[in-house]
Amino acid sequence: MAAEERVRRAWDVLDTVLDPEVPALSLRDLGIVRDVIDHGAELEIVLTPTYSGCPATEVIERSVLDALQAEGLAPARATLRRAPAWTTDWISDAGRRKLREYGIAPPGPVMPDEGVPIRVFRRETAVACPHCGSLHTEKLSAFGSTACKALHRCLSCREPFEHFKPI
Amino acid sequence: MDSASVTVSPAPAVQYLLRIGDTALILGQRLGEWTGHAPVLEEDIALANMALDLVGQARAVLTYAGSLESQNLDEDQLAFLREERDYRNVTLVELPRGDFAVTVLRNAMLATFFRLLWQRLLHDSSDAELAAIAGKAIKEARYHQQHAADWVVRLGQGTEESRRRMVAAVDQLWRYSAELFSDDAVDEQAAASGLGPRWSELKPQWETEMGAVLQHAGLEAPAPGKFLSAGKRGQHSEHMGYILAEMQYLQRTYPGGEW
Repeated sequence: MAAEERVRRAWDVLDTVLDPEVPALSLRDLGIVRDVIDHGAELEIVLTPTYSGCPATEVIERSVLDALQAEGLAPARATLRRAPAWTTDWISDAGRRKLREYGIAPPGPVMPDEGVPIRVFRRETAVACPHCGSLHTEKLSAFGSTACKALHRCLSCREPFEHFKPI
Repeated sequence: MDSASVTVSPAPAVQYLLRIGDTALILGQRLGEWTGHAPVLEEDIALANMALDLVGQARAVLTYAGSLESQNLDEDQLAFLREERDYRNVTLVELPRGDFAVTVLRNAMLATFFRLLWQRLLHDSSDAELAAIAGKAIKEARYHQQHAADWVVRLGQGTEESRRRMVAAVDQLWRYSAELFSDDAVDEQAAASGLGPRWSELKPQWETEMGAVLQHAGLEAPAPGKFLSAGKRGQHSEHMGYILAEMQYLQRTYPGGEW
């Protein structure tokens, strides 16, 4: 198999490997696959972590290698690239649609605010309800079931929902 | 993995990294103590999430510190097999978790400090690996800072009881902030080599941001005193041994144990 063909097939495989914590998204949708490099003897899959302490990171590496092996693309190895840091802006449009369909409000654009002091009194930007689209929602909890989400509820349709935090 | 204690190099770069990694590690361990015990479920989840971020940051920094060692120590050896005096966390993080007021104030103090430190490391560090770790961690620290500051304000302006507890927390913890900004040869070397800032350089902005939080909360920072803790130089409080006993028990008893 030519190198180009191998790399293209690897990307297709990565589109079928799902995030273990948000199984609506493939790793490709999530934007954590930074590169696929053909070294001749083996493929290198370059991944970037979402959160420093994300417990899914090691599971993801293993499922990537398993999936590649199942498709006859072994040997392969996964490597970690930290910079530039992952941002939710890298979640694909297809990924955002899948999140909404799954009942998770997708993240809005990330504001470049790392150096700006926090605001002690702040206004939250309304997050649209993934079920009915209403902007009449409120945050219940800044942290949710996984590191990447917060918990909200819709005041129109009364459904609770998770919001993928923009970082 | 053997259960014998490891020692670390006195090289200033390693020491500088251990101060960062150990401070995140011990704070993460303390926050983990709240799991199943926080006053409300949302905060139980919040504290566990922040602990996870901090332990993740500690893993990255300790792994890197270990790789600079000639003995090539890994993150587990550094986290679980050092003697008390070889930990380089600031004393503030090893103090008992206290009540919820102590917890949210300490989180606000540390998250503010970490956000300012990661920001400098991300933009100015000559060390690409440390800058990369900072690029991830700063997003987390900012979220922690906002969350903790909201709680300081809420409790400071809350009931008579919550306010009483916040006043007591400020009285207990504030003096430990002096250690964060007291420089020594490790800071001088880091600044000279471009690895990272002297921690004293973060003080003015830290005071501005924490001052704003306290002001909104209706609290007052005590006047600076002479008290200076020295955890980051290895001289810990009496609380450190206990937390290490809990952290290290498993690896000391079942060397290399994994699950």
